Parts: sequence; C-alpha cells; structure tokens
Amino acid sequence: MSLSHARRDDYEVALQPLPDLKRERELPLLQRLWQQGWLRKTLILLVLALIWELAARYQGNDLLLPSFVQTAKAFVEGIGSGELLEKVAISLSVLIKGYLLGIGLAFLLTTLAVSTQLGRDLLSTLTSMFNPLPAIALLPLSLLWFGLGENSLIFVLVHSVLWALALNTYAGFLGVSETQRMAGRNYGLRGLRFVLFILIPAALPSILSGLKIGWAFAWRTLIAAELVFGASSGKGGLGWYIFQNRNEIYTDKVFAGLAAVILIGLLVENLVFATVERVTVKRWGMQR
Amino acid sequence: MNALLQGHTASNPQSTAKAFDTVLQVDKVSLEYRTPQRVVRATHEVSFEVDRADRFVLLGPSGCGKSTLLKAVAGFIEPVGGSIRLDGAEVREPGPDRIVVFQEFDQLPAWKTVKQNVMFPLLASRTLGRRDAEERAMHYLEKVGLVAFADAYPHTLSGGMKARVAIARALAMQPKILLMDEPFAALDALTRRKMQEELLQLWEEVRFTLLFVTHSIEEALIVGNRILLLSPHPGRVRAEVGSHQFDLHSLGGAAFQQTAQRIHHLLFEEDSEEGARAAAELGFHDIRIAY
Repeated sequence: MSLSHARRDDYEVALQPLPDLKRERELPLLQRLWQQGWLRKTLILLVLALIWELAARYQGNDLLLPSFVQTAKAFVEGIGSGELLEKVAISLSVLIKGYLLGIGLAFLLTTLAVSTQLGRDLLSTLTSMFNPLPAIALLPLSLLWFGLGENSLIFVLVHSVLWALALNTYAGFLGVSETQRMAGRNYGLRGLRFVLFILIPAALPSILSGLKIGWAFAWRTLIAAELVFGASSGKGGLGWYIFQNRNEIYTDKVFAGLAAVILIGLLVENLVFATVERVTVKRWGMQR
Repeated sequence: MNALLQGHTASNPQSTAKAFDTVLQVDKVSLEYRTPQRVVRATHEVSFEVDRADRFVLLGPSGCGKSTLLKAVAGFIEPVGGSIRLDGAEVREPGPDRIVVFQEFDQLPAWKTVKQNVMFPLLASRTLGRRDAEERAMHYLEKVGLVAFADAYPHTLSGGMKARVAIARALAMQPKILLMDEPFAALDALTRRKMQEELLQLWEEVRFTLLFVTHSIEEALIVGNRILLLSPHPGRVRAEVGSHQFDLHSLGGAAFQQTAQRIHHLLFEEDSEEGARAAAELGFHDIRIAY
C-alpha cells in the first residue's frame, strides 16, 4: 500500500482592516517602574538600612553599633561642620594624583610592551613580581624613602594602580584582531599613532575594567595607608578621620566616615564609569 | 617594409603599454610563512602583471598562497625572493597607496561611525584635511548607497552594509590599486551576488584597478577580467585566463560553464590524495603571519 497525502485545496484570505485592535499597550505602572535599575538598587539600600536600624535597636549599645539614624545624623553633622568634606577633599586630592600618575606609567609601560620584545618581557616580569604584592606592604619602605607626607602615599597609590591597569591594558592590546592591526598599518599608522588610534580604542573594554580595578585598589590602599600612618602636617584624610574617631570612641562618626568611603565608591562607579561606558563601549556595541 | 612596420607595431605598443599602463609587477615572488614548528613556502616564483583598470583575480584552492600573495602586495609580508613593484617603485611596507578590503567584518573600527570610518584612512594617512575628507567620504558613501547610515555605528549594520562601507572606505582613498581578500566570503549567497553586481557597477563608474582574491571559480569569472590560476603547495602560476566577456548575466550560459570547467580542470587535475595529505600535515590552522 502506498502512502498518499490527502489533497488540500489552496486558499486565500482577504484581510480586513482592524480598527478596534490596540497594536501596543503599555505595561502596568509598577512593572515599568521595576525596569528602572536605580529604583531597584535604592530599594535594596533602604531594606539594608532598615535591617541595620532594627539590629542596632535590638542590640542597644551605640558604642558598638550605632543605629542608621545616629550614623546619618553624624554624617549630616560632619558635612554641615565641613570637617567630613575637608577630609574627603584631602583624601581625593591625594588619590587623584596617585591615580593619574599610575595611569600615565601604565600607558608608558604597555606602549613599550607592544612595540618591543624587551618591553614585553619587562612588563610581564614586573607585573608578575609586583601585582601579588599588596601596595600597603610598601608603605613602611615608602615612608623611609619619601618621609611623612603626601609623596609616600602617592608612591603606594601608583603601585596599586599601575600593575592592575597595565596587565588589563596589555591583555586588551593582545586581543585586538589581526585585521584591525593590518587595517591600521595599511593607512600608514605606526608607533604612538598606531597605539592611540587603533590599539587603545579597540582595547577600551579591557582598559576600562583595568581603570575600575585600579580605582578600587587605590581607594582601599589610600584609606588603609591613612589608618596606618595618620596625618601629615596635621592634615589627615578620611582614613585618619575614621582612626581618630575610633580612638575617641565616637563610633557614629566612624560609621559616618565609612559611609563616606562607600558613597564615593558608589558615585564614581555609577556616575563616572557608567557614563564613560555608556558613551563609548556600549554605544559602539563592544559591550552589552 | 610592410613586414618591418608590422613588427614595429606589434612589439613597440606593447613595450610602451608596459611603461605606462602596468600598475603592478610581481616578478618571481617567493613567499614563506612561519608556523611555530617550521617555515613553509607559500608561493614559489610567482609572476604576473596587473594593468591599469584591470580586475585581476587570484584564484586557487586553499593553500595556494593567494591571500599571502595579496598581503605581500599590501606590504605586510616581505618576499624571500623576487620583487613586487607598484608603478615602478618597490613595495617595502604597508602604505595608503594600496588599500586592502578584508573578509572579516571587524575591519571597520567599531568606535567610528560609518562616515568616520570612511574618513579614517584619509585623515590617518594625512591625505586630506577634515573638511575635504568629509566631502569625499560622503561622495563615496553615496556611490555605495549608504548616505542614510552615515552616522550609524558599524555594529548596527548588516554584513552586506559593512562590506559596502569597507569598499567605500577603500575607494575614497583613491589608491593606485585596490586589494580585496575574499571580501564577500563571509556573506550569504544572495548578498554575495548583490555585492558582486555592485562592485562591477562601481568599477564601471570609477574604473579602479583591482586585485581580487577568491577561491570561487564562479566569482572569479564574474568579477575578473583576467584570472591567474595558482596551484597549491607551494603556490605556482598554473595559467592566466581572460574572463572579461563574463558578467552576472552570463551565469549558467554555455561559454561560462565551459570556461568554469576548464579552470576547474586546470586547478584540480593533479589534485590527488598525496596533495590532500600534504595539506593536512602543514597544519593550516596554525599559520602565523611573520613581519
């Protein structure tokens, strides 16, 4: 018996206009709000603050754990009196100096590494030597060399930024495709112009992640260094503020200082880096 | 007297044609590339000449060194023997007088818009100032029909559009010779056909000199006016075939089929198991370009 398919007649449908059908409809307000990342994150922060507040009240000892409200009050007072802002300004100015210097050196080192064999060996040897070394471990030496002052802080900051950034940047450079390199050379780009116009933009996702890691490392190192070595010529930063207030058992101010560190971290991550990413790598389709 | 004159006209125009109209002279060029283990000869004493406004195709099976040859003309690889001359001057390094269109889509910098991409070589090689470069970029974008996308970023374009941008970018430089390394190989069949058609139209308008690498006999016949057939391992010249009579409309015609079969025969008659084994041994996945 042979298998035969049942015959079906062809047919056409004359399509009528659909005046009553809504082609699109908006999601409910709540769902639309839930799509906003900042709103979700704010909610998380509020829940954390609530848990903190409840835990502090349950514990009932504001020398050990001041409540959220007390901390917020100390924070606002610190801002109001200008003391906290002054400390932040001191810390940030040192931080930015060290950070920029670190970026400059990382750029030099990686440029050397992509252009010469010896530079490549130098970079890989130095990074494998110094990257695992915590920057803060260099502080005693740094104090010996540069004395009690901004310079020794800058030295350890450079150390904490340089290796992480150089490693990421160099990895990014290596990842630039052969085609893009050949295209650049085809147009007569060489040396520094080749690095600036081809390698850096093509490796920007890695460079940005290196910058982020470097920023976090530098921030941590700075606060830790200030805790250890305190104030120079009576001008200490946030770390010193935290350390001093702990000595005087102003625990709410210690918390306010820590909150300032966290807030600056959040601001830089969510405003500065997020903006840079949005107008560069995300816009160019290099990163989702 | 008459015979002498004939002889005169037969030889002399040819030599003057050489002096004026030959853009590219490849003379006994041998190329090698390095794998981590050994040095492999890619082409052996390959010679050919490309005249002005030629659409010269390098055709051969994989492993015949056609892409390597194109990269040598571009200046990325230095020959171990022979010479490559562009307008009489020896090719020593990459330069903006020979613009390469690659197969890969990432040949367009992702951080530049379509217009900036076309302007990029003009500015990078300091050929034109910003305003002139912009003007010329728009002119060539119009030729490839992408004016509406001038401010789009490459990642928003389709494969065919990216290929068009790459062609516009190459043409905007008005190079002495345009080098295309299997530019349409990564496209789907329909888009590929469309791009071949557009390339021929562009050639009708601009009359650029083209060196085109492909492994498709059909594409070679459509795009080229002269085809150089290369044998594999190492690449040597097997034949040069004229194909100016064919275009997209000759597809499927008897003469087209006949030539295609002749080329196929020329390329693959010696192809034996031995050849296939040699190719497998060389490890072509592991090629490093040395420069």
